[in-house]
Amino acid sequence: MTDKSTNRADIQRRNFLKSGALLMSFSLASGVNLMIMNSGANAQANAKIRWGLLIDANKCSPECDACIRACANEHGWENNGKLTDPQWIRKVKLKNKQTGREVSLPLMCQHCEFPPCVDVCPTGASFKRKDGIVLVDRHICIGCRYCMMACPYKARSFVHEKINNQKTTTPRGKGTVEACNLCVHKLDRGDGITACAQACENSGNGAIIFGNLNDKNSKISRALANYPSVELRDDLGLNLAVRYQNI
Amino acid sequence: MRVLLGALLIFIFFANSLIAEDNFPLIPKATGKPHPEGNEFIRINHMDLLRHDRDLVVKEGIRNIDNSLAQCVTCHVVRDENNEPVTYESEEYFCRVCHDYVAVKLDCFTCHNSVPSAEVSISLFRDENAPFERLMAYLEEKDNDR
Repeated sequence: MTDKSTNRADIQRRNFLKSGALLMSFSLASGVNLMIMNSGANAQANAKIRWGLLIDANKCSPECDACIRACANEHGWENNGKLTDPQWIRKVKLKNKQTGREVSLPLMCQHCEFPPCVDVCPTGASFKRKDGIVLVDRHICIGCRYCMMACPYKARSFVHEKINNQKTTTPRGKGTVEACNLCVHKLDRGDGITACAQACENSGNGAIIFGNLNDKNSKISRALANYPSVELRDDLGLNLAVRYQNI
Repeated sequence: MRVLLGALLIFIFFANSLIAEDNFPLIPKATGKPHPEGNEFIRINHMDLLRHDRDLVVKEGIRNIDNSLAQCVTCHVVRDENNEPVTYESEEYFCRVCHDYVAVKLDCFTCHNSVPSAEVSISLFRDENAPFERLMAYLEEKDNDR
């Protein structure tokens, strides 16, 4: 029923736009910018692209939390140490007990090709976009948290408290699950980089490379082709979009 | 019988005055350009337009749509005596004026910010190169898909 009515609205609007084409081009010509002209970048989800991250643990400084602060700032979440606070990205310390080698690395949603969270979601709120980004459609998320149970990386958080003053580009609300969205609003407007990768670059560490895994000439693909990298829990066969080096 | 008829007439008279225009919600004036579709169309169809566009944005990543919720709250901002935009918490908020009147609850603003953001104009609508041509091309493409 919903589909039918939205389609009808769609068609009515389209016909209207078509019939008004002449008028609108006139407005454009006279330099008046109609509200409808204020359209944004045209970088819709493209199945030919698969966005991914490559994280070099050797370059990641244990003291640095630039990526976390950048993410929190970009999306408007706060983690004040309470167990119920969200974590879109967090620093994890790994220690090899035999050799004593310690590495620190940022961990976020790994944007699996075969995401378990999507498999278990009872409403279809968890979904994978054409360009490989795994998202929660909060409009239909009922907050059951099955996806949080299913995720091998503990990448998702539940919003326990009422939220005010959200970022316009990242709507968030109580009773829904959330996780790293690979700065989907930035990608859609054509920025071509996530907040964490940008912050890591700015901090001078340069541990995070962001790019299109399907483009052989992208920086990330060349790095993956030339140097060894691993997926976390690759035994699960999820084909992650986030890969690590030197762990 | 005559008394009853009189009472009925009096009742109709008062009932009429009760639903007179004065008692309809006073819809706050918006800033920005008027809706090209006309207010009547938007009043009847805004929920379908929003639902349709939200699916385009969330699922397809198509953000060069003509009506975003962020654009709604930007033009339909209501300011208080200090010239600060009021939030959805206020009874004077644009959406609430009618929605309270008809007792229809909306939950857009449990997640979305109900006041305009300074970043909207740059972050949502950055690329303005020939948006009209792009919009028409997109609509044509959708038509061909059908």
